Amino acid sequence: MAEELDLMGQDSDGDSDEVVLTPAELIERLEEAWMNEKFAPELLESKSEIVECVIEQLDHMEENLRRAKKGDLKVSIHRMEMERIRYVLNSYLRCRLMKIEKFFPHILEKEKTRSDREPSCLSPEEFAFAKEYMANTETYLKNVALKHMPPNLQKVDLLRSVPKPDLDSYVFLRVKERQENILVEPETDEQRDYVIDLEEGSQHLIRYKTIAPLVASGAVQLI
Amino acid sequence: MFCEKAMELIRELHHTPEGQLPAFNEDGLRQILEEMKALYEQNQSDVNEAKSDGRSDLIPTIKFRHCSLLRNRRCTVAYLYDRLLRIRALRWEYGSVLPNALRFHMSAEEMEWFNRYKKSLATYMRSLGGEEGLDVTQDMKPPKSLYIEVRCLRDYGEFEVDDGTSVVLKKNSQHFLPRWKCEQLIRQGILEHVLS
Repeated sequence: MAEELDLMGQDSDGDSDEVVLTPAELIERLEEAWMNEKFAPELLESKSEIVECVIEQLDHMEENLRRAKKGDLKVSIHRMEMERIRYVLNSYLRCRLMKIEKFFPHILEKEKTRSDREPSCLSPEEFAFAKEYMANTETYLKNVALKHMPPNLQKVDLLRSVPKPDLDSYVFLRVKERQENILVEPETDEQRDYVIDLEEGSQHLIRYKTIAPLVASGAVQLI
Repeated sequence: MFCEKAMELIRELHHTPEGQLPAFNEDGLRQILEEMKALYEQNQSDVNEAKSDGRSDLIPTIKFRHCSLLRNRRCTVAYLYDRLLRIRALRWEYGSVLPNALRFHMSAEEMEWFNRYKKSLATYMRSLGGEEGLDVTQDMKPPKSLYIEVRCLRDYGEFEVDDGTSVVLKKNSQHFLPRWKCEQLIRQGILEHVLS
């Protein structure tokens, strides 16, 4: 796709620890992040670098298309490709926004107590959005109802009222890197915990909580 | 029985299908707040009596009223929050400008919440790369084809397509237009996707 439109020369907006990706690899990463985000019950780590690079990519493609000859068949094909990429990108960002809105007290609490070494689940813009959403909602509830209630009932603990993501929900995954000795905790009291190995290329249906760190590290892909 | 009005509000929303917003039940909310005030005042006086006169037989009643107060609050907050979620969905469905019919069903405070939400979302979208940012509310469905056949449902006027050419959207006219340009108008009900 990219070769014909001479995009290979572009760099990927690299930080010092970024690997330069080909456009095809970048889109693959985007699709992986998109699927993981769609199927994971909680908000995953923010992938702003991928988002930025993809947007840059789309801008380049748009520019190239504008310069290209009108009526050229390649133009339609490339435009279709752009549409598909834009759909995946928008779907990814929407999915994240929906989770942020759904679990906002928990996400903000997690961000507050996060250590510097842990990566953030929120991009700076998402963080601002989440804070505004929380402030907006709290102010609304206070002004419309809570401040008219008896004094000892005016505070509502949103962390307790808003449901948390269900980390015990089941997800499908495909193993990218072989994993050994994954501890599977029992669901009921009658069961015992056991240990499994995950072979590369195998597919499983498993509780999200068990493999959450593997999603973060990229060892498994949610499908 | 206490909390009847609160239950009524919950039931009202429970019976309303997703995507719809009934009128804001201001009266119901007011009644609940009044009931809460009355319960609280009764409890205040009973608590004083229990403390000063050692009337421990009042304690079950006090507890019962307290439970009713908590239930009222929970139902109220649930009602208000569920409405907010429905209103939020409206931004994604209809865009920034809401149809009048829906606006009449919203209270002034809900409208304010909506405006703040809109602004917050716009700020976020603008911050995503490039000069204009990225409109995340577009491209809601995977693209099937580049161009689609659309019929105009209402007079709209001139509409600019690629490279400067424009089309006049008159009622009942049909056009073959790029899909991504039409998406917003389709959602607003100005264009209709013709599936032949």
